[in-house]
Amino acid sequence: MAESLAPSVDRPSTRRPAGRAAAGQGGLAGWLLLLPAAVLLAAFTHYPAVATFLHSLYSTPRGSRPAHFVGLDNYQAMIQDPVFWQSLWNNAVYALGTIPAAIALALVMALWVNGRIRGRGLLRLAYFTPTVLPMIAVANIWLFFYTPDYGLIDQVGHLFGAGAHNWLGSRSTALACLMVVTVWKEAGFFMIFYLAALQQIAPVLGEAAAIEGAGRWYFFRRVTFPLLMPTTLFVLVNAVINAFRVVDHVVVMTRGGPDNATELLLFYIYEVAFKFWDTAYGATLTMVLLAILAAVALGQFLYFDKRVHYR
Amino acid sequence: MQAIRLEEVSKQWGEARAVDRVTFEAEPGSLVVLLGPSGCGKSTTLRLIAGLEQVDTGRVLIDGRDVTALPPSQRRLAMVFQSYALFPHLSVAENILFGLTARRVARTERARRLARAAELLGLGGLLERKPGQLSGGQQQRVALGRAIVAEQPLCLMDEPLSNLDAQLRQEMRHEIRALQQSLGMTLLYVTHDQAEAMSMADRVILMNQGRIEQDAAPAELYDRPASLFAARFIGTPPMNLLPLADGPGGAVVRGTAGPPLFAGGGEGLALGLRPETVTLAGAAEEGLATEVLAAEYLGADSIVALRAGEARLSVRLAGRIRPQPGEPLRVTWPGAAAHLFDLSTGRRLDEAAGIRLGAVRRRLA
Ligand SMILES: Nc1ncnc2c1ncn2[C@@H]1O[C@H](COP(=O)(O)OP(=O)(O)OP(=O)(O)O)[C@@H](O)[C@H]1O
Ligand SMILES: [Mg+2]
Repeated sequence: MAESLAPSVDRPSTRRPAGRAAAGQGGLAGWLLLLPAAVLLAAFTHYPAVATFLHSLYSTPRGSRPAHFVGLDNYQAMIQDPVFWQSLWNNAVYALGTIPAAIALALVMALWVNGRIRGRGLLRLAYFTPTVLPMIAVANIWLFFYTPDYGLIDQVGHLFGAGAHNWLGSRSTALACLMVVTVWKEAGFFMIFYLAALQQIAPVLGEAAAIEGAGRWYFFRRVTFPLLMPTTLFVLVNAVINAFRVVDHVVVMTRGGPDNATELLLFYIYEVAFKFWDTAYGATLTMVLLAILAAVALGQFLYFDKRVHYR
Repeated sequence: MQAIRLEEVSKQWGEARAVDRVTFEAEPGSLVVLLGPSGCGKSTTLRLIAGLEQVDTGRVLIDGRDVTALPPSQRRLAMVFQSYALFPHLSVAENILFGLTARRVARTERARRLARAAELLGLGGLLERKPGQLSGGQQQRVALGRAIVAEQPLCLMDEPLSNLDAQLRQEMRHEIRALQQSLGMTLLYVTHDQAEAMSMADRVILMNQGRIEQDAAPAELYDRPASLFAARFIGTPPMNLLPLADGPGGAVVRGTAGPPLFAGGGEGLALGLRPETVTLAGAAEEGLATEVLAAEYLGADSIVALRAGEARLSVRLAGRIRPQPGEPLRVTWPGAAAHLFDLSTGRRLDEAAGIRLGAVRRRLA
């Protein structure tokens, strides 16, 4: 899947240029063609990353005191910062709780929608709707669901005799509430990828398997799931990145509270850098986030590349 | 007991009848070919037998058992698809054993069957490869292997050779036939290639627009086509069909003055002649006067296109004959080689219908 998303490029066997001059020219032209992309990449990706790293080694300039080199002091402070650890822990719980659930739900929905059922087009649209909505809007909808007493959830709860509950205001449920929102929003998006991949699997494979006596589950386990592996990898990478990257709902629904229970790493960075204006510490935390994302992406590709069947 | 029996099986898609009251049987251990032009319902018939589609009306019996309501897995058959339907992520061995693993056949038994299939099909060195690393012919063999190891008494094949080149198709044709005979399985084989059908089949079922046109052994299909459609479909070039008209002394080829072919009227009838049964008439012989339209020299013989009255016919003439267009030729044929069809019903009219069909020469002798 990840592969088929990229435009398929035919690679003709590279012809050797006739002479040295030609080689030189071809090389130069190639570099010139790459230049705009390289400049953009350097200016907006590589330079900020390096600058952030450098910032994390300096103190935050305050009033009359300019920034000065402090070595690893910021990192030392970070290790002693309980809120940092809390946000990291929250983020881990959040990622582990939302990613498998969203992916599993996406897969089940895709299999369901892909089957021969009536109103298939409408169902697809229904499942895709959460994806089209901006996270801010989604968060607002759910904010209503979670409202104590008046909210949809409590109203339904009342029918069954349950009392009012402050879902977002309680330490024990706030993070879970955010996780539900995330799963709801992400699953529809991932489903579209699974659906596209499922349509690539020739129906004749299912027919052959049916004649060979394979049951539904056996066919899923031996054929469908392995053939969906590239999609799963693609979706997984996206899900992990999103788990660390999207905090809109935290901003709208809880602002990290109550008592840091929904403090995710990126939201904490935002608070440190833009509410407390401690830019150096913000840079330090950002380096941690970058390191996590890089490690996760690298690990996934190294691990899965061996096990994924690319057609 | 018949290996397969279809009773009045029909399948409708919207307005169109893909399969229309099809009834036939296949003897155990025989190779029966479903032959017909594109869209005539061959694949649909096969899929109805496999259980991949549900019949609208009628019954399907396999080994005397009514399987009409059973799912494909319980019909005790194997199938080879035109596209092979190999699982791209599984190795050759896993592909071949897919069904046995699904049916929980014991490991040692699986190994035994795999070894035998690999030996039969010459797949020994390829068992660890993925389908993508095989040639078309090798993929074809893997698909055959999967059908063989199932050890089902009935095997269905839907145009299994159509993706191969002509040379390989020839080889595989023989190989499949030999395999079918040595394993003693009943094989129902779909093709639109009449050469394939004629060379492999014990029996050919010729289909047209969802109906069975003729169900016969290859030789009979060739020698006694039951309808105009069968006459036109079999043979390269196919049988010539010359419309007849009433003449003064009997039926004549439409647009000619004679000679009369048989006593009685010719209106609404057509004379069928295989190209290779027509010969040049000797100087003393009576014959049908024709004009040469074109000649195609093929080495051993030539195919000469002729016009006789309103009819055109192709004849296969031995030797190095190079007639020029416009040249007149008189042709004749043995009486037994002539076929007569009713143009309105499209059916064959036998001598039993009261018409004694003679050759031009014999009649006048
Ligand atoms: N799933 C389907 N839905 C609707 N119509 C179908 C379907 N499958 C086949 N048909 C129609 O039924 C008729 C018979 O199709 P079938 O595939 O059996 O032909 P065939 O003899 O196998 O032809 P070919 O030699 O081209 O494979 C065709 O007119 C086809 O358009
Ligand atoms: Mg077909």
